Amino acid sequence: MKNAIFVFSEDQLGYKFSETHPFNQKRLTLTVDLLRELNALSLSEIVAPRVATDEELLLVHDANYIEMVKEASKTNADSTKYESYGIGTEDTPIFPDMHEASASLVGGTLTAVDYVMEGKSTHAVNLGGGLHHGFKGRASGFCIYNDSSVAIKYMQEKYNARVLYIDTDAHHGDGVQWSFYDDPNVCTISIHETGRYLFPGTGNITERGTGEGYGTSFNFPIDAFTEDESFLDIYRTSFREIVEAFKPDVILSQNGADAHYFDPLTHLYGTMKIYQEIPRLAHELAHEFCDGKWIAVGGGGYDIWRVVPRAWSYVWMEMNDIPYPEGKLPKNWLDRWSKESPVPLIPTWLDPNPLYDAIPRKEEITEKNKQMLEKALYQLRNQQAFKKLQ
Amino acid sequence: MLVEQIMNTSVPSLTPEHTINDALKLLKEKKIRHLPIINENRQVLGVVTDRDLKEATPSTLQNISDPEIYNRSLEEIMTKNPITGHPLDFVEETASIFYDNRIGCLPIVSHGKLVGMITESDLLYKFIELTGVHQPGSQIEIRVPNKPGVLFDVSKVFHDQKVNVLSVLVYPDKDLSDYKILVLRVKTMNPLELIKTIRAEGYEVLWPNHPGHGL
Repeated sequence: MKNAIFVFSEDQLGYKFSETHPFNQKRLTLTVDLLRELNALSLSEIVAPRVATDEELLLVHDANYIEMVKEASKTNADSTKYESYGIGTEDTPIFPDMHEASASLVGGTLTAVDYVMEGKSTHAVNLGGGLHHGFKGRASGFCIYNDSSVAIKYMQEKYNARVLYIDTDAHHGDGVQWSFYDDPNVCTISIHETGRYLFPGTGNITERGTGEGYGTSFNFPIDAFTEDESFLDIYRTSFREIVEAFKPDVILSQNGADAHYFDPLTHLYGTMKIYQEIPRLAHELAHEFCDGKWIAVGGGGYDIWRVVPRAWSYVWMEMNDIPYPEGKLPKNWLDRWSKESPVPLIPTWLDPNPLYDAIPRKEEITEKNKQMLEKALYQLRNQQAFKKLQ
Repeated sequence: MLVEQIMNTSVPSLTPEHTINDALKLLKEKKIRHLPIINENRQVLGVVTDRDLKEATPSTLQNISDPEIYNRSLEEIMTKNPITGHPLDFVEETASIFYDNRIGCLPIVSHGKLVGMITESDLLYKFIELTGVHQPGSQIEIRVPNKPGVLFDVSKVFHDQKVNVLSVLVYPDKDLSDYKILVLRVKTMNPLELIKTIRAEGYEVLWPNHPGHGL
């Protein structure tokens, strides 16, 4: 059995809305190139994604929505027809072969799932996936099909697995949450910037699931300007306690890299430190509770030059127990990309310190996040205490 | 809007050792219905409401006189370990705590000490100024001069960029009386172009406002 596989092919770059759109899969090229330059990723570890079949997409998506996406991909039709499906909008414009490109991102996550669930590798990563805003019958927030939702349903049907999904993208993982809101055998966790101002607006602690699934959706909305320590405190505490209680068979982690200070779309103040720690704990818990079964996908990340390549390299290095490099990034990589980058690249693995001016309300933000954490975990902790008494 | 902007900061309060009579007097004097019960460190131990007091005392229609009842301590009738809030909580989240728990007041606690109080009535008043979140969207707050045609100018930007507006709220600017604050929820995950254009039109975007941002 392999330790880990890396799902990637140039085809994944075909998921491209326009030259100026913030969602830019060039970050995959930059990440792969950085890992290759480090000799951390061999060609034998790279597996090409398959394309998800219609039947697989139907596990989550409506038939007429899939038809609309297909139709919009082919014709140069009037885009207003598709707007009620969330496509042909400013966020999710129509682009050529949109259906194929989207189905290929879903297929990539399914490839990763099959490797892990069939015991061909312990871990797998598909950084082209993580499109967590995709809804059943509607595109939203740059996401057409929801690869994680399809993959979770697929793991349930094909492998009868109990899945835990952890989402550390700065935006709420709404699409995945709503897909399994009433399902007691799927647990979704999302840590995100509060929806007060930020898209999509949901992800309040009171969203806990419904019906039989009540208590299997967890939301940890953190304040704008939240920094590393507070972010990691929420992440470590919540992730471990929930895994201990839910006892999943497999962990699917969404590794959106947009909680960084540099990210243009969000207002969190994370640095590279959170991207070192996020995969570390996922890896640790997967071995502790799931015989190592861990699938990682990508997600948001809109500073594709200074943030995403470093952040996503850590995911792969952690998966393979490669010690995190220190000091400078490979000179060849910096030389290759610095001309093309519109901003000066960060030449080191860690960010410059300090990266930003001190936050005046740091202490209060930390206190508020802490209080939010206690409230969000209150019911789970009570249940656990009750179980111990019995 | 944050709780600290709307909470009452001078909060009449008593200790568990005070009597039912003390509480009745204070409620009447201040024309209020809720009292936080605190200790000498201003730590919140409980809440006493006018209903707790009514339940503890004889009916005015019955001819019972038992003066001892009025000397019993609040410790015996208060709701212990009440739900509390934080000054940085959002007002609309706080409203759902009131609704879910069917409570009438929320002591506001910071660093373990009582710093304020919010009641149902305070919330209802302020809540009118806020909007609900039903569809995925981003929120933008803009300070605009209080004169005719401004809303048109601003919404033209949304029209030109084909961005769907989910809701608009207008409220008076607390600091500058010649201005208003527009609160718009827009159906996009990427409001950057909108914000750039609105700024270029000469309006002040209050949020998102990212001090010292690189890109």
